[in-house]
This record gives sequence, C-alpha cells and structure tokens, in this order.
Amino acid sequence: MSAKDAFASKFVGTPVERIEDLRLLRGRGQYVDDLHREGMLHAAILRSSVAHGRIRAIDVNAARAMPGVRGVFTAQDVAEGSGGSVPSVSLRLAPLPELEPFGQPVIAQTKVRYVGEPLAVVVADTTGLAEDALEAIEVDIESLPVVPDRHVSGKNEILLFEELGKNVAITYTAFKGDAASAVGAAPYVRKESFRVQRHSAVCMEPRGVLAVWDGAGTKLTVSGAAKVPFASRKILARHMDLPEECVELIENDVGGGFGVRGEFYPEDFLIPFAARKLNRPVKWIEDRRENLLCSNHSREIDIDIEIACAKDGTILALRGEAWVDAGAYLRTSAAIPPRNVAQFLSGPYRIANIHVESSVMLTNKNPIGTYRGPGRFEADFFRERLMDMAAKDLGIDRVEFRRRNLPSEADMPYALATVSLPEKGEELDSGDYRITLDRCLAEIKWIEKSGLQGRLIDGRYHGLGIGCFIEGGAAGPRENARMVMDPDGCVSVFVGSTNIGQGLETVCMQIAADALGVTMDRIRLHHGSTTHLKEGFGSYHSRSVVMGGSAILDAANNLKAEIRKVAAARFGCAAGDVAIGADLMATHGGKSLSAAQLASAGLSVEGTFSNHHHTYAYGAAAAHVAVDPGTGRVEVLEYVTVEDVGRIINPLTTTGQAVGAVVQGLGGAFLEHLQYDEDGQFLTGSLADYLLPTATDFPNIKAVVLENSPSPHNPLGAKGAGEGGIVPVGGVVANAVANALASLGVEPRDLPLSPPRIWELIQAAR
Amino acid sequence: MSSIRPATQTVRFELNGSPVEATVPVRTTLVDCLRHHLMQTGTHAGCEHGVCGACTVIVDGDAVRSCLMLAVQVEGAKVTTVEGLSRDESLTPLQAEFRKHHALQCGFCTPGMLTTAHALLTEEPDADKERIREVLSGNLCRCTGYIAIVEAVYAARAAYHKSGSGTR
Repeated sequence: MSAKDAFASKFVGTPVERIEDLRLLRGRGQYVDDLHREGMLHAAILRSSVAHGRIRAIDVNAARAMPGVRGVFTAQDVAEGSGGSVPSVSLRLAPLPELEPFGQPVIAQTKVRYVGEPLAVVVADTTGLAEDALEAIEVDIESLPVVPDRHVSGKNEILLFEELGKNVAITYTAFKGDAASAVGAAPYVRKESFRVQRHSAVCMEPRGVLAVWDGAGTKLTVSGAAKVPFASRKILARHMDLPEECVELIENDVGGGFGVRGEFYPEDFLIPFAARKLNRPVKWIEDRRENLLCSNHSREIDIDIEIACAKDGTILALRGEAWVDAGAYLRTSAAIPPRNVAQFLSGPYRIANIHVESSVMLTNKNPIGTYRGPGRFEADFFRERLMDMAAKDLGIDRVEFRRRNLPSEADMPYALATVSLPEKGEELDSGDYRITLDRCLAEIKWIEKSGLQGRLIDGRYHGLGIGCFIEGGAAGPRENARMVMDPDGCVSVFVGSTNIGQGLETVCMQIAADALGVTMDRIRLHHGSTTHLKEGFGSYHSRSVVMGGSAILDAANNLKAEIRKVAAARFGCAAGDVAIGADLMATHGGKSLSAAQLASAGLSVEGTFSNHHHTYAYGAAAAHVAVDPGTGRVEVLEYVTVEDVGRIINPLTTTGQAVGAVVQGLGGAFLEHLQYDEDGQFLTGSLADYLLPTATDFPNIKAVVLENSPSPHNPLGAKGAGEGGIVPVGGVVANAVANALASLGVEPRDLPLSPPRIWELIQAAR
Repeated sequence: MSSIRPATQTVRFELNGSPVEATVPVRTTLVDCLRHHLMQTGTHAGCEHGVCGACTVIVDGDAVRSCLMLAVQVEGAKVTTVEGLSRDESLTPLQAEFRKHHALQCGFCTPGMLTTAHALLTEEPDADKERIREVLSGNLCRCTGYIAIVEAVYAARAAYHKSGSGTR
C-alpha cells in the first residue's frame, strides 16, 4: 500500500486549526501545577552547593520542628524504605551493564558530584514553608577537588567514582569502510578542532510531579508525566517495589518537551516516595533556578575532525575524535548525544569511509541528556564548518561541493556508519537530497545575494552560509492505539504517543478521522497516560506521528473489520458484503446500522505499528548575516530552512515546528550557555543570565516543508518532523559569519557566536 | 513545634469583573494568590523573577508581572487574567488570530502573550509590527519562534479599532 492511497485524505494535509488551542487560549489548560488534591502537601528539595564532596552529616532535626513541616527525608530514609539501598537512575536508552554503576542515586548518600544534587526533601503545608525549612537543614560536606571540564576528567587524577577507577565512562565508535587507508591515500586532508557549548531546552513550564498514594488500594498515581510515561512507570514501579499495574502515570498539558522534559529524574522517585511515606498527596514544582541547574543539560562536545577529499571535491573519508562533557552521572538518555555525534557526523552526505570515536567524560556538572536534535546539532556544526574550509582549500564553490556529495534516489537506501556498544547500523530511506538544497538556494535568492559575500555595507560585513542536514525519526520498536465506539457514535481513540505541546491531539485526530471516514468532531483523542493502553512508547526521536499515526491507521482498519463482522451478524450476510459509509454507517441490501447502534455491541479494537527502520527527513538551510566588526554583534537578516518530511499531516503545525526549531537553534548558536566556574559553581541560574531568544532577536525566518519523498517504512509515508529545523543552525550561521569576515580570515570554531567571541576573533585576525 | 506562622492579610479586588477576596500570607505574590488561593490557574508562573512574562496580567489597564507583585498590592484594583479575556464560549478576535496563525504550541506562555497583546492593542490599536515585537520581547516563548505570534497580534488590530476592546 503506498502512502497516497492509504486512505482518502480530507483532513490530512490540510491546515486544520488545533483542537488543543481552544482550551489553551482561554486559560483552561491543565498543567501539573494547576492540579489540586484534597490534603495536598508541597515539597522543596535541598540541593548540594558543593560540586564535589563527601557527605559527613546532614542534620534535619531543626527543619523537622519548623512550622507546617510534615516530613523531611534524606538518603538514610530512602535507603530504609527501599530495602537498605538508594535506588539509582541509569540509562534507559542504549543501556549496557557496565554503565549501570554510573547511574545517579535518587538522593545523595555518600558523595555529592554536582551543584544541585538532591540532599534532602522537605514536605510542608505550603511551598513557602517547605522552602523556609530548607534553610534549617545543616549539611556538613567535605569538599573534594573538582573536575570542571573534560580535560581534567581525562587525566583520571580526580575521580568522581573512586571505585570505578576512571572518569571516561565509555568510548563509542562509529565506523564504515576503511577510514585510515582512505585518509592515507587521499590527495587532500584537513584537520580541525571545534566546540559546542553546554546548553539545553529550558522549557517554559518548569518540571513538576504530583504523587497520590492510596494506601488502602495500593495504588500510586503520579501526574506530570511526559514524553515516555510507560517507560517511566516501569522505572518508578521497580524503585518503589510495586507491580506496574499499581502505578499510573498521568500526562497533563505539557509546557514544552524538546527531549529534556519527561525523562526520569530523581524527583520522579522522591516525590512519590514522600507521598507514600506521609500517605498524603505531595506536589513538587521546580523553580527556574532548579530548572536551569537540574534538568538535563546537553550539547557540550568538542572534536578533532578530519576530512579527506579527492581533487574534484568528492569526500573520501571522515574521521573524528569527540569528547562529550557528560556531567556527573549517566541518567536515562545520556548515551544518545555521544552516540549520535559519532554516527551522524557524516550527516546527509555520501561518505564511504568513516571512523569516529566519541568518549563520555564525567565532570562535576549536572548530567546531560537528549535535547532536540541530540548530537546532530553538534555534528552539523563540526561538519559544515569543516566543509566550508575544505571547499575553500580545494577552490570549489561550497554549494557545488555539497551537491556533489549529496545522495540521490539512485543511492537509496544509503548506509550510514554503524555505531558500537550496542552495535547499531542506520540507512537513509528515500529522497533526492539535491532537491532540497536547490530549493533552499532559490528561496533565499542565493545567486542574487552572492555579490554580498564579504561586502562591507554601512559598517557591517555581510555573509551567506549554507548547510545540509538529516533528521532521524520513527524510533521503534512499536506504538499502540485503541479505538472504542462510544454510545453516541463517536470514536474514542487512545494512543501511546504523548503530547508535549507539538499539537499531537489535532494531528492524530486528523489521521483517525480520515482513516474512519468521519469528521474530526466524531473523534475523542486520549493520549499519553498509562491508564489508556497496556503498552505505549511516547514522543521522542520525531516518532509520535509516524508511529502513533500508523498505529491509529491499524486500529481504524481493525475497527472497520469489527463493524463489518457485527453488522453482518445482524444483517445475516457475509462480512465482506457490508458496506461502511459516511459516519461509519454500516449498510447491506437496504438495511443499515448507525455508529451509535453499532456501539451497543461494545466495539473495541486495538492497533499496533512495529518498525525497526528509522525514517530520514532531509533538507538544507541558508542564512544571510551582517557582522558589526566594532562590537562583534551578528544580525541574522534572513534564515531559510527547507525540509522534506515525507508526508505533511498538518502544514500549520509542521511549519510551526520548523520555525520554532530554527529560532531555538539560533538561541544555541548565539545566546545560550549554561556556564560553570572552575569550582563547578553554576553561574547561569536565572533567565537574566541564561539568554533565550526574544521576539526582537530573529524576526526573519522562513520554513518551507515539502513532501516529495514519502518514507517506504510506514503506511503514512511520514518521516517525522520537529527536530530537523534545529540541526543545521550552528553550522549555517557560523559559515555565514566566516563568509562575512573572509577578508579578515576569521573562522569561528566555537559556539556560541557571542559578540565578545566574534570581536576577539576579529581583533586576533587584525 | 513553634506556632509562629507568616502573618496573613485579606485582600479584596475585582477579578475579571467580579469582586473577590482572599486571605493570604502577606508574602504571597499575586500569581500565587490567583493560582493557588483563587484557583484561577490560567495565569502561569514561568520564572518567578520577572523575566519570562508568562504570569502577565492586566492591573488597572497595565500589563504587569504578577510574580513581581504582592497580592496585597492589588487591594481595590481591577485585575484581568486570561480567563477574563473571553466571557463566553467563543474565542475573542485576538485568541482566534492566535489559533489561525498557529501562534501557540505548548500554550504555557500563551496567557501572558495574550494579556500583554491585549493591553498593547487596547492602548495602541495601530501598533506596527516593530512595536508589537518590541512589546512582546518581554515575554518568552520557547516553541514558536515568535513569528506567528507577531502576525497574530498584528492581524487582531482591527478588532480593537471599533469597540476599543478585544473582549466581547
């Protein structure tokens, strides 16, 4: 079945205004902090102010005596309540037994390894009283020398885990062909070093947990779940020593995900633990400092990278050695950025020989995890910068250099490098990548603007930059859906995908409505909570629509088969003779049954979609910038991104994802930096220190989304969207800055491209 | 156990056209009073230090950060929150333009965007895009990249010309 004839599309492909907007625009959303429960208490968490140290004593007696305080818990209490040991949060994705010991104890027991690590939980009648009581806790920590960066980490002189004997948790290798031989034989080789700074998602809604323990019913209900509620339930149930069916994770409205929100954090255990101990509902909402300090960080990677080319610009080999500053522990998604930066260093290009090593370096900082385009944003910055340098050396136009190395349909499927531990191959699925490049050039008017390159106009140097990218999607192994015919003839659709603010409800309703041949108002969509389905997977790796949408298609087919069966029994005919018309009306030979009538038969079906092939959306992006040499300030005059996502379900949301991703990427390229000093003290604990893009920063962004090359791997033909826009941004704008300052020979090698950094590069060049 | 508790005070003001009163610890911010004492959770607390703008409400016509204001300061004032922008089941023209332009994704910053834009267009229905950008630059959004928000506010200007208000 090809994508186009999967079903008659009436809603799919059209800019349907979002259903969720009706509540969100009127202040009727229900985020976790909007929930109140009878007798609810509030938690606050005491966090380490020491980056590396040994805990000598924690005295909570004074805090316990404070007004309104109902409970204070330390590692000792947790251990006593958990069979003598403190549970730890370890890798959920790409787990390995040898990496388990690098997991994070949910509350510090013997050592603290980063500023912000939980030491104690106070539960009180109000948040204010809980925070007051934090002040009364006395902590005695013996400070240890600090590992502030990956260079000190690599010396293995100061160890975060003395018993493990090393700070390098693991080195991943991505390989294809024979890179060493290819580099040795190549007529042209260039080696460079680049670095991306620590930054992260910084969702507008702080994280939060509301745990309700029903002692009589042995039932734990936790609100505030996101992204992967089923996976988090599994972890929580294990740590609480409860059967999974006794634990419910409820997804509420979620104020932004971007990979960071919804992973399992220490608080996701500590709050339910406190609720069970006190037998009262307990809510915890992080404040913005905690959000910046303790939600997963990402992106801090540096690399030595080497490219080998033929004289005509054909890339012969790519080699690299990358170091990932992983922070103090390996939590759920920590393996993904280091794996991705190695495996996807080649990006969209045809490269026969690849060898990249990526080492996970422990430091006394907050742990890392996935953030929109994990490892890919960094890889694209490294590769696209190097490609511009190589093109210049070879005397080849940089656009032509890229086009020459992009795959066409004839190359598909195209194998990427395999990454080790555990070993995993990847292949590009479909498309002619040169088409999005050409479209991007046309959209930004590259030819017309080419005369601007390096020109000084009104005191500012103008430059153009370009880069190409891929976006991996459709992570398996599967997704599930369930459809139930309601008494009023509407269909309730339950799906394991989660809504992290991306518009999943509307998009899934579009797919369900078309698949069933009904209008969208006949669909009731339920998502994300562990109550709805036996098993679900969630929203990450640009998968929610591809996987959840395909599962909905399967459920719709099953529902129609069930309708035929039930109707055939009533009509006294063969199931194959029953026709299903508008609004699911079943007819045969003048007899008919409406959806509401059919509902009395208790129609309920399940659907599933399994997939082990990732999809690859692909595209190109270009920027026009102006650089003020006096201040180092870069203005992005224009930015265009073009991406082929296989199949567009909703042009409004798809384009919205692309534009939003670009601006988020521009934040990472120019503004955002989670900074620590040499003692591991955190320097950017407020939004006045950590700069997010504002409405005036990047006003001229254009996103073009195409659907020329459906994925062969799912019935929708969809490839996933939402991350692609962010992937190339750093490389594209850094290339534009280099182009603007070509007369000075300035080559940015580090992000962010902050005014002081650019100014210093200009001064050094002069 | 000590019996010392923070002093409380009763504050009376007009919230979305109706008189309300709340007895709160004196240190309670307006956003916490609205959300946790009056259960009007449409107003969101995003940073609690006056940078993100998610908690913006309209106090006597001015868009203010309800996280930087104590509840006791609104004694006798007229306060409008996102819940008060539309009084019936339909969207206001401003809200409808947000929906049409896909000017929200996760929706967390949206109440602050709406109140800020409403206060702006009520005062300056002819605001151009540059002015809209300037005013909205005090409100952070992590999802949309702002382009669609500016377009939506610009498109809503007409509704503020005739009636002098975007509410119905």
